Amino acid sequence: MSLFAASSPAVPFPVLTALVLVPLIGAVLTAIGSRHRPEITKLVALVSSVVTAGMSLWLLAEFDSHEGGFQLVSKHSWIDSWGIGWHLGVDGISLFLVVLTGVLFPLVIVGCDPHHDEKPYLAWLLLLEAGVMGSFLSLDLVLFFLFFEIVLVPMYFLIGGWGYDQRVYAATKFFLYTMVGSALMLVGIVTTALLARDDLGRLTFDLVEIAEGSNFAASTGRWLFFAFAIAFAVKVPLFPLHTWLPDAHTQAPTAGSVILAGVLLKLGTYGLLRFGVYLFPEAAVWSREVFLTLAVIGIIWGAIAATMQSDLKRLVAYSSVAHLGFIVLGTFAFTSEAISGGVMQMVNHGVSTGALFLLVGMIYERRHTRQISELKGLQKVAPIFAAAFMVVMLSSIGVPGLNGFVGEFLVLIGSFSTARWWVVIGATGVILAALYLLWAYQRVFHGEPDEANSSFRELRLREGAVLFPFIALIVFCGVYPKPMLDRIEPSVKSLLERVEEKTDFVVPVSDHSGHGEEGEG
Amino acid sequence: MVQYPSIDWLAISPLVILLGGTLLVLVVGALTKVWPRGLYAVSTAALSAAALVVEMVLWNRVGHEGPVSIINDALAIDRFTLFVWIGVTIATGLVSLSTADYLRREDLEGPETYTMYVCAAIGAMIMAASNDMVVLFLGLETLSIALYVLAASHRRRVDSQESGLKYFVLGGFASAFFLYGIALVYGAVGTTNIARAGQLLSQQVFVDGDDALLLAGVALLMVGLAFKVAAVPFHFWTPDVYQGAPTPSTSFMASVGKFAAFAAMLRVLTTALGARADDWRPVVWVLAVASVVVGSVLAVVQSDVKRMLAYSSIGHAGFILIGVEAAGHAGDQDGIPSSLLYLLLYSVLVIGTFTVVTLVTRSGDRASDIGSFRGLGKERPLLALAMTVFLLAQAGMPVTSGFIAKFSVIKAAADNESYAVAIIAMVASVVSAFLYLRIMISMWMSDAESGDEAREKVAVPWTAGVVVLASVVFTLVAGVFPGWLIDATRDALVVVR
Repeated sequence: MSLFAASSPAVPFPVLTALVLVPLIGAVLTAIGSRHRPEITKLVALVSSVVTAGMSLWLLAEFDSHEGGFQLVSKHSWIDSWGIGWHLGVDGISLFLVVLTGVLFPLVIVGCDPHHDEKPYLAWLLLLEAGVMGSFLSLDLVLFFLFFEIVLVPMYFLIGGWGYDQRVYAATKFFLYTMVGSALMLVGIVTTALLARDDLGRLTFDLVEIAEGSNFAASTGRWLFFAFAIAFAVKVPLFPLHTWLPDAHTQAPTAGSVILAGVLLKLGTYGLLRFGVYLFPEAAVWSREVFLTLAVIGIIWGAIAATMQSDLKRLVAYSSVAHLGFIVLGTFAFTSEAISGGVMQMVNHGVSTGALFLLVGMIYERRHTRQISELKGLQKVAPIFAAAFMVVMLSSIGVPGLNGFVGEFLVLIGSFSTARWWVVIGATGVILAALYLLWAYQRVFHGEPDEANSSFRELRLREGAVLFPFIALIVFCGVYPKPMLDRIEPSVKSLLERVEEKTDFVVPVSDHSGHGEEGEG
Repeated sequence: MVQYPSIDWLAISPLVILLGGTLLVLVVGALTKVWPRGLYAVSTAALSAAALVVEMVLWNRVGHEGPVSIINDALAIDRFTLFVWIGVTIATGLVSLSTADYLRREDLEGPETYTMYVCAAIGAMIMAASNDMVVLFLGLETLSIALYVLAASHRRRVDSQESGLKYFVLGGFASAFFLYGIALVYGAVGTTNIARAGQLLSQQVFVDGDDALLLAGVALLMVGLAFKVAAVPFHFWTPDVYQGAPTPSTSFMASVGKFAAFAAMLRVLTTALGARADDWRPVVWVLAVASVVVGSVLAVVQSDVKRMLAYSSIGHAGFILIGVEAAGHAGDQDGIPSSLLYLLLYSVLVIGTFTVVTLVTRSGDRASDIGSFRGLGKERPLLALAMTVFLLAQAGMPVTSGFIAKFSVIKAAADNESYAVAIIAMVASVVSAFLYLRIMISMWMSDAESGDEAREKVAVPWTAGVVVLASVVFTLVAGVFPGWLIDATRDALVVVR
């Protein structure tokens, strides 16, 4: 199977490399820009993020939807002595995460004000974008690790420098938690490459080469899978490793929360697919029941915990734990619908939870509180704001016609044949989601506004402009998910073929091919 | 008639340049008035640069002509030696520059400190090159005595005197252990020559415990060397000495001192005792694990930055010991290169770190509490940014040299299936990341407290600025393009045997 077939003739524009380098250069330029000309700094940051967004959309157009392998591959040697290369590529699984990253950052830069020290804030944000892009695009184990780990630094400074009261505690917890996972992963990466050397004849950290050419013994593969999975489970976060998430989310500045929920958590679920299932299919199948169970516990636990929160932002944070549980459920169900649904849900969750965090941030800007008990009757004074919140919230609940439904529905229906009882329990999470979100909405927006809430400001034009793309995506993906699924499915299918080939797991054939969900409910 | 050995003058010219040059600086300096700003430091740095050039020439020569053993097999000139020489020379130049304004600030200006640096560096270089255990001991003592003086060189600080005395007493013990170890090994093997001992031991078969003498000797050698590299449980001097010594001297100890001691350890263990690797490897394993764990855990609970960095240097020594352990496996090709790479990268890092600490401790060299870093991000953003790079590198973050260093030893360990030690070390490095985060929090995220206004401002003289800048650039360049360094360390595998 040729992986480079899709790369066009002549010398194509190395769009993937540019996706990493443009924000990086933007970060450097922002950092060295003059402190006395903040408008130029902001412009530089905005331009580099918009250019990145443009390139990610161009990538979307260039992407060949019938090809399941890696496309637009860019491969250069880097540290030859250790077999580490600059190897980037995109397939249906990473495509929309890249686009989501590209789109989210300019919106966040426009939509969230840091209040102080804008220059370093923007520089960290752009560095974060470069790191996230690199993580989604890397096809080299060490390169991936490099980006995966480097992401911690800007996020740490964003939370610690621009967050709320407990920011230092939350930032430190976030940093150390994630680092424990990646410490094991580094050992796993090194060991994987060294063991694969026996099969490949040379030392390389190239993901594709290792996956195609190596044959790990079952027990070895399981240990290695475990080393990778811990890192991703922390990042997802999977129960019981999720405790850093509510703190990080609550204390992070709005931009940090949006990015954290929107794309950073997806590094975990994406990593499980790309590096867990793809590299170690046998171990992934072997351990699927553990992951399914943890995912379902996460769904229920996250939902119950969210119900009990008094802080609106914490509530959204716990809802992420539940939503990410669905994605993991889909991943380890090993059917085409379930994994495609999971990938879709990664993007959907990024859009809807990102928007929810933006809205909660706006509430905090106006009222300087996130306590549900102190908010009341906002619908009366700010109907448009309430409407926007309503749409986003309904998408997060998974109401048919909006994007959240498509992913969750595909996960549930796809998992039913291979993980029936987990689905039965997990599905109650959908109901619980309706419970905690509607209840929160009711408490915050319904009723008569008291004195403090009666001066709540209506949605501003700039805020509306930032929210509009989110809501447009929510509706579009909900009504017409086909273009997205068309691009995701070939890659998912080739991943599953690999699972079937390497293990005795049989992926059930079903007639749900990802079409026609839009009307069901 | 006495037979004089022929001397390869070119091969020892770095030592000659350094010694002659520094004596010249010392004598001329003693006869003239105090030199204008930083000239002692600059001339010492120039000496290092001159030595560096010759070392580069030698590096080339060894590449063409192969390693040689010179002066009656007393010194081994191979790329292993030259790699350490280059590292030590660079470190000496950097530390000298970072000392320039320190001495003026503390009113200690004079050429003596620099002469001590250079003498210590010569000792270190002899240790790295020695092909004879007695010569090794000479180098060790030259280095150690200079370091004792350096530790005590701040005449008006009792802490400094105390640290010098502690280091001297404990170091004297360690040297005695080491010397006794040499005697016992000589008793068992019949030679003090390292390469010769290696040849003899690889042919000799011991039966029924008649190698007790040898093993006792090896044990004593290990004690002496482990003390010098500050491996747990021979680390107790480190925090006190690092904290009390003048900060630039601390950075010299942490870079050049470690470099030399590890070079000596590697040469003795792999060349002389390579045949007995199965005996010393478990010992190194225990030292490595103990060092990474104790170093990281105790670093976290300190409140004094110099003490923190002392414990963290113990942790880093543990990492390097992992490379040494890997070098003890049969047919290993990664152990020695990874240790050397780690040493070089860490030396530059630690010099950069301590240079920033030197500036932050302010006049009197006392403000090394973590609180002295409070608000540095506001007051001196570039300096704080540089410190952040050093700290992240020490934590092993990618894109910095620290990651490359950690990666290389972890790879060496995994290649020899020492997975346990790799995992323990990585987890310990997460623990120690907390300590680096604490310093970063203090710099960037802590609110000002009352009395901060009255503190002396942190001044950044150009000499220190150059050192910090050079270290940052090296840290990042080596983190992104480490290929040439990796290849250089691989060349160091060919040694005099």
